[in-house]
Amino acid sequence: MKPILALLTLALFAAPAAAQDAQPTASSRDLGEPVRTGGEILTIEQQEQPQQEGLTFTVTDESAWQDLGIAIPGFATDRDVSTPANSSGTAALGRELARVVFNDLKNNGLFEPVGPDALPQPTFAQITAPNWPTWSSRGAEMLVHGYVRARDDGKLTVGCYLYDMALKSELVREGWIVPPADWRRAAHKCSDLVYSRLSGENPFFDSRIAYIAETGPKGNRVKRLAIMDSDGANHRFITTGRSTALTPRFSPDYSKLLYLSYVDGNPRIYIYDIGSGRQTLVAETANPTIAPRWSPDGRYILYSMAVAGNTDIYRVSAGGGESVRLTNAPGIDIGGSYSPDGSKIVFESDRSGGQQIYVMNADGSNQRRISHFGGRAATPEWSPRGDQIAFTRMAGDFNIAVMSPNGGNLRVLTKGWQDEAPTWSPNGRIIQFFRTERGSGKTSLWQVDLTGRNLRRLPTPVDASDPAWGPILP
Amino acid sequence: MKLRFATVALLAGTVALAGCKKEPPESLPPEPAPTTSAPTTPEPTGPVVGTQEHFENAVNGQNVIYFDLDRYNVDSADMAALQTQAQYLAQYPNITVTVEGHADERGTREYNLALGERRANAAKNYLVSLGVAANRIRTVSYGKERPVALGSNEAAWAKNRRAVTVVVN
Repeated sequence: MKPILALLTLALFAAPAAAQDAQPTASSRDLGEPVRTGGEILTIEQQEQPQQEGLTFTVTDESAWQDLGIAIPGFATDRDVSTPANSSGTAALGRELARVVFNDLKNNGLFEPVGPDALPQPTFAQITAPNWPTWSSRGAEMLVHGYVRARDDGKLTVGCYLYDMALKSELVREGWIVPPADWRRAAHKCSDLVYSRLSGENPFFDSRIAYIAETGPKGNRVKRLAIMDSDGANHRFITTGRSTALTPRFSPDYSKLLYLSYVDGNPRIYIYDIGSGRQTLVAETANPTIAPRWSPDGRYILYSMAVAGNTDIYRVSAGGGESVRLTNAPGIDIGGSYSPDGSKIVFESDRSGGQQIYVMNADGSNQRRISHFGGRAATPEWSPRGDQIAFTRMAGDFNIAVMSPNGGNLRVLTKGWQDEAPTWSPNGRIIQFFRTERGSGKTSLWQVDLTGRNLRRLPTPVDASDPAWGPILP
Repeated sequence: MKLRFATVALLAGTVALAGCKKEPPESLPPEPAPTTSAPTTPEPTGPVVGTQEHFENAVNGQNVIYFDLDRYNVDSADMAALQTQAQYLAQYPNITVTVEGHADERGTREYNLALGERRANAAKNYLVSLGVAANRIRTVSYGKERPVALGSNEAAWAKNRRAVTVVVN
């Protein structure tokens, strides 16, 4: 059981600088206006300590809690006042908050929630003193209550409470002070609180995804860098689409994006600063640079560079400086994903003939192949928990699979014609990837949990590929 | 344009006779070229030197070479095409080119970018071995991002595994 966080102040991004740079430089020709990505969120201590007992479930038997009924009525407000977060006022915002929590828990195949549109609305006073008969008569096993209050400084206070209906007692509570524009983050934090308390797992809803938005016919696709919240809300395009953009990766602190752009006619990796909207090359070289990755602490960047057709993996400090070459085998060594402790790197190489997966120490030493199960294996990504490696398995069709870091325990999780490029949820329980449709070439984002049972397509405004899931927001 | 299609069709037939297994099997033009009106003197009002059209006409459409699945080696048919390109580049020493490397859709995105680069370099290296100055040849990989054949079948994939030589204006 996690203790309540006390007064943690976490600065997100500095407000984006005013878009004063009217003259685009060559490397910024494809960039749109800088996007606002968030303000400061304060976690507050609620007045009473929750009781430390009640139901918990282990993930080894997910079916036990997947059928758990959770009632999530609208969040109450002390006074219905206007707020920039909702034109109808804080009462309407309270229902929206509950809808976000409901959709988070429902769409991910977790639990069996019932949302505010099918439930009576509790009063503000009932948030800390639930009217038990109302909810027990509906068969709910768990009850989520919440409130939203407009503060004098223009911000919102959002509280979230989880009650066990059988025990008729509170399991956990937490509250946050958020700028009105970040109201959805408070809802995701509530979802995370409920999910973590009931599953014993780390949170993942309060996070973002970078991806490539695709439009146009198969022979002339437009590919734009885009970002969105983990539930698809707050969708923003970063590039205009004049140049092809590919393979983004959020920095661990969400301040930057690595991605590939053809903006100068060649495939090159850029470091895009989200606050300022400016970007720089990851390496000053005439050679193509591809497949960018961050180290877990954000201090290093891995990229792959082709020299005279031979591709190897390099490491460079995120602040710039000399690159260090980590591989030197003839053939294509590419990608690379750090273990969570930063000591090892899993990568892809065709040095044995076809694409296979290898592990090396972070300094490039002790390179050894770990995939030995027939077919080809590509795009390895180390789980944030460290216990699994997700990758693209190519044996006839392309599918998403996981294995242990020693190459054992292969499990194929999907059955598409072409599923590729897995990316892990912040807690290492869910994998997103993209699926290409045979013939049309249309692409879409999907996610699957480690059981392989909960497969779901993510809604995106247009076709989508190359998802990259960031960590829990700071 | 019709004129060029006729030339390409003739060439495709010739190559097929030569037993080139990697030439895409469906490289015929989309519509039949008129057989009666094809003039035998192509020069008078043709494309000018320094254009892609002039280059493609001069090399009989052999500005593209094709690769086997996951391969990047230049085989005998590719060598013949690249020799024709090298002759053209020897004749017009002021012309520089870009070799674009491509892969089919049946590969992961990042690997295909590296594979396209390797294919483009294979073509470049052979041109250099024939005497073309390396600094006249730039390479760029488009991976699987720019297919010319849009089907999801082996015939389409064979056409997309290619290196295309393009004149830089």
